[in-house]
Amino acid sequence: MANSEKTSNAGFLKNLVRNQCFIPIAALLLLAVFNLIADPAFFKITLGYNSAGNPVLSGFIIDIINNGSELAILAIGMTLVTAASGGQDISVGAAIAIAGSVILRVLCGGNARPETLQAPIIVAFLVACVVAMLFGTFNGVLVAYFKIQPMVATLILYTAGRSIAAWINNNELPVISDPKFGYFGGFIPGIPIPTPCFIAVACMIVIGIVLKVTNLRLYTQAVGINQSSSKLNGLNPEMIKVLTYVILGLCVAVAGLIKVSRVSSINYSVIAKDIEMDAILAVALGGNALSGGKFNMAASIIGAFVIQCLTTTLYKFGVSSTALPAYKAVVVILLVVVSAPTVREYFDTIMKKLKMSKEVA
Amino acid sequence: MKKKMAVLLTGAMVMATLAGCGGGDAAPAAETAAPAAEEEAPVAEEAPAAEEEAPAAEEEAPADDAAAPAASGDLITVGIINNDPSESGYRTANDADLKAAFTEENGYSASFAYGNPAVGNANEDQVKAAQQFIQDGVDYLLLSAADTAGWDTVLQDAQDQGVQVILFDRTIDADESLYAASIVSDMDKEGQTAVDWLASQGLETYNIIHLQGQMGSAAQQGRTKALDEKVAAEANWNMVEQQTASWNAENAQQIVQSVISSGKEFNVIYAENDDMAKGAVAALDAANISHGVGKDVIVMGFDCNKWALEELLAGNWNYDGQCNPFQSSYIDEVIKTLESGGTPAEKVIVMEEKGFDAETITQEDVDKYGI
Repeated sequence: MANSEKTSNAGFLKNLVRNQCFIPIAALLLLAVFNLIADPAFFKITLGYNSAGNPVLSGFIIDIINNGSELAILAIGMTLVTAASGGQDISVGAAIAIAGSVILRVLCGGNARPETLQAPIIVAFLVACVVAMLFGTFNGVLVAYFKIQPMVATLILYTAGRSIAAWINNNELPVISDPKFGYFGGFIPGIPIPTPCFIAVACMIVIGIVLKVTNLRLYTQAVGINQSSSKLNGLNPEMIKVLTYVILGLCVAVAGLIKVSRVSSINYSVIAKDIEMDAILAVALGGNALSGGKFNMAASIIGAFVIQCLTTTLYKFGVSSTALPAYKAVVVILLVVVSAPTVREYFDTIMKKLKMSKEVA
Repeated sequence: MKKKMAVLLTGAMVMATLAGCGGGDAAPAAETAAPAAEEEAPVAEEAPAAEEEAPAAEEEAPADDAAAPAASGDLITVGIINNDPSESGYRTANDADLKAAFTEENGYSASFAYGNPAVGNANEDQVKAAQQFIQDGVDYLLLSAADTAGWDTVLQDAQDQGVQVILFDRTIDADESLYAASIVSDMDKEGQTAVDWLASQGLETYNIIHLQGQMGSAAQQGRTKALDEKVAAEANWNMVEQQTASWNAENAQQIVQSVISSGKEFNVIYAENDDMAKGAVAALDAANISHGVGKDVIVMGFDCNKWALEELLAGNWNYDGQCNPFQSSYIDEVIKTLESGGTPAEKVIVMEEKGFDAETITQEDVDKYGI
């Protein structure tokens, strides 16, 4: 009796460790514990009022889920792209610059300093969606039909994207003065939770439903695991790969809206800089194989928040932001090594040996 | 079939490589004769070309095709090498200023080249463009280098070819004899002006959040230096946070948010450009911390973007330091002096730069100095 309970306990533990969400959640907990010891005020959330007199929540935790929103949204698309094409899109930062530029261009109508918005925000956003999805299609076609390595294919847009973004606005740097535009990256009057959180949650719900009711998960995984056998089973692998890039394009447009709304302006060369690396990192942190195949969406999203949590923690401790990438690199190395199959096998064998010696004893 | 294709492709590639080498070799040997092999090779000054489009009669063919019809021989050809205009509002204004000044109406035939930072090595791009311009035989080479190093050979080439080099905006590590003049902003002075202004505000204590630009850039170093010295020298000047936001509004917002969340007291935001000041202000607004003239927090920015000066005019910010992008008039003067056979009085010309105080700024200033 006691014995069986023991084994089921062990089984539960094993399952827990085996679960793909384990590593990102463990990393998150580790960071949380570290912060708790260093300074419990890290978890303080206060309700205050902003300068417009609206209630807002503030605190490090809020900062993390607020600033991590774009990354979480991008992680959704990046996970799908990774699963289907076995490679990553490194042009998302540049694509965000394009999407943001398009939004501002439509809102300003060519005038860098408009008194009033020239078009409804929703129209600007939809145009940006279309443009971002077109660029996604471009990447997808290069990858799927021309069989170019994803990183090389998206290198094109990575290189040219920010120049295209600048060109869309004639190199002007538009500034939007309408406070309504700031709602998407800030607060809606009367609601104390930052809007990006809602947008991110909405995206998560949408992708959750899509994965539940459609065959998207099955198809992308099938294509990622074995392209030719998925073809033999009647799928169109090229089409599915392109589709994942288009979905990533949509994610890019949403992230772009949040980014430009945060400051009601744009700076082509620095907006969303290096965000592609963070997005890829989120996917890797989630324990997803970067060579494609099976994926776990929730793990990627948690991975995104781990990265933001790390960034915010480092900011809090006054680590110079030029040194941030180095710290991130250390974390990546640790996680990638821990989740590598060879290391896991090694641990498995050690565990087995331990068990054996116990049984013998 | 596939094999044949592969062979053909390989052949084509080898050819292309060879052709490329030919072009490359030609660069240093431009004096002797321009190789006619390279199709788009513009006419070098001393080489009456075999190409059809260039009428051999024209002695001083301008370097670039666009200006060909107007070439009466008295246009001054300039090759302008700048940084990517989308880099910042400053660069955009700088580029627009140069384009407006060096026109045919003003007696110039100008060609532009840019270093693209996205490709990785902007400096290498610029060096290539410079070599091309020298080969084209421009009269003047105007240069704003991405990096300070790596220019000696190119400038030596330019001197050998009789091309006068004028540096603008950024200096380089090369011997002074290699260029005719250098028109620069004195970043140290910009920082000093700003810090002096801040000191004149007579606060009891200065608790400063210092948002730095891209570490290592001349603007960052100059603007940081004065503040660092002052903080070290004065007992009532404290650095609450000194952090680089890499010119990025959003990073600045996160940094200031983080300082606010940790409950540290501060009353000055010293941002090394306008974007970062804007990001900082967004964080202040979210936390209902008042800022601007006569309020809790003093906000300082640099670069004098038009929108930033408008914030000053509205009293939301307190100070904006100018980084003058309008170098064309200075360059024009230098060229006029050189053309008339003189030499510029000074090799290094420091431009006049202002600092604007929210209490004294006028709409006129905004229109005149906003970029």
